Amino acid sequence: MNPERYLSVEGVTKTFETRKGDFAALATIDLAIRQGEFVTLIGHSGCGKTTLLNLVAGLTAPTSGTILLAGKHVDGPGPDRGVVFQNHSLLPWLTCFENVHLAVERVFKQKRPILKKRTHEALELVGLSHAEHKYPHEISGGMKQRVGIARALAIEPKVLLLDEPFGALDALTRATLQDELMRIVAQTGATVLMVTHDVDEAVLLSDRVVMMTNGPAARIGEVLEVDLPRPRERLALAHDARFMELRASVLEFLYEKQAHRARLKVA
Amino acid sequence: MPALARTPEVIRIRTSPPHPAAYELGAKADAARARMQSTGYRRSPPPEWVLTACAWLAGIAVFVAGWTLVAKLGGRIPDPLTVGAAAAKIYGDPFYAKGPNDQGIGWNVLSSLKRVGLGFGLAALVGIPLGFMIGRWRFLAGMAAPVIALLKPVSPLAWLPIGLLVFKAANPAAIYVIFVCSLWPMIVNTAVGVRQVPQDYLNVARVLQLSEWKVFTKILFPAVLPYMITGVRLSIGVAWLVIVAAEMLTGGVGIGFWVWDEWNNLKVEHIIIAILTIGLVGLALEQGLVLLARRFSYES
Repeated sequence: MNPERYLSVEGVTKTFETRKGDFAALATIDLAIRQGEFVTLIGHSGCGKTTLLNLVAGLTAPTSGTILLAGKHVDGPGPDRGVVFQNHSLLPWLTCFENVHLAVERVFKQKRPILKKRTHEALELVGLSHAEHKYPHEISGGMKQRVGIARALAIEPKVLLLDEPFGALDALTRATLQDELMRIVAQTGATVLMVTHDVDEAVLLSDRVVMMTNGPAARIGEVLEVDLPRPRERLALAHDARFMELRASVLEFLYEKQAHRARLKVA
Repeated sequence: MPALARTPEVIRIRTSPPHPAAYELGAKADAARARMQSTGYRRSPPPEWVLTACAWLAGIAVFVAGWTLVAKLGGRIPDPLTVGAAAAKIYGDPFYAKGPNDQGIGWNVLSSLKRVGLGFGLAALVGIPLGFMIGRWRFLAGMAAPVIALLKPVSPLAWLPIGLLVFKAANPAAIYVIFVCSLWPMIVNTAVGVRQVPQDYLNVARVLQLSEWKVFTKILFPAVLPYMITGVRLSIGVAWLVIVAAEMLTGGVGIGFWVWDEWNNLKVEHIIIAILTIGLVGLALEQGLVLLARRFSYES
């Protein structure tokens, strides 16, 4: 297995059958992610970023092409990929502990005390030990999303897939959770593929930002290497010239090159 | 400006005069304050439950007054006092048994409840799994749709002759009628509940590759439970309506039969007692299930 192509998307296309005929969501995507790399997918709504993430998650199958994870062909969903859903998707009748434990007991065939310890550790990692026995409706949106992250990480996946995990949160909570995520990723060395439409988030968190063109038949437009040293400090970066530059190039892609294309299509 | 001089910490940044409505509101507030000071104490509105209780009592009072009026005018209808006296006597000894046709009201209510429980329990045993299957498999839903659509509007009592024919006895026929009328709400609500399970929850199951058993116990069942309880509530309501009519036709022991029997004896006050008893039992069943539903409904 080539560590440079730990997660490898090779010539993947996705066409949906709709009532009005076939809809080509993704045109030939090629993407390789290193082990331990943090990659974000960014693009305008409807550009197929979530479609691509779902393909990697195995929730939908590609029309053509293959996806390999650690040299293994991705064929349907599986616990080697931890998914954090956009709207947390916690089961409302289970406590935070039980939500995470459901994943843990599925993946690890160990004795009960060890499983419980794993669950405790996952919740501790996201700073929620104090809320273990609360139900999802008793905690805030940010805390729910932390439980979602704990559930995804607790199964020690090969890759963590995040689908706009902070999209529904207010700006302050989002910033806190981004910092938390950076800390957790640094601590666990996780390989991450994340979908976002937040430019600052993408640049702050990623090693590489993958910018997608507008759909239909979306492709990878440009890939931006974020060469900012880690650990990254939100406040320091706010005045960092390199950060501004990187941020500007993503904005340029989204609002000049892609906005123009979108307008042309409407006309 | 002496006022401003006394309070130098006030920073005035208003550049336009206040809205005219502000003066009006201010004047109203002043008037209210003056009124409060003149009466010497502050009156707080009564708590919610006091109002509710008053409304209840008023409603019951109007009902009893109307009843008294009708009794005075009609002649054949006993007034509340007569019925009250008869009720005291009947409820004084609810569990006596003098032969099959003369038993206390307690026995009558209990045997009706037993029939409802049996018929309803069988309906739950059949209807809930059937509902799950219909909700899960589209083809089965297509198969069930015309049959349910055809049979659902049929009055449950229309099934009674079939029951008598098959079982050749009144009691199982009555239970069977309850079974039939409880079945439809149970199937339909369970199936709707299964179809309403959010895709997100099922995606969680798919990502974790949970076993079918775990999917059922941890996701499907809890998600469908509130819908099932609604089905149960509707079923019990219908069953309690139907049992009275069914027992009038089949006879034996039971609150419905008792109503009919007292009609034959021309004891109108007993009929009224039976009506109120049926209402109270129905209310208790409904409220019990509402409480149960509240216990098992989840906020996401």
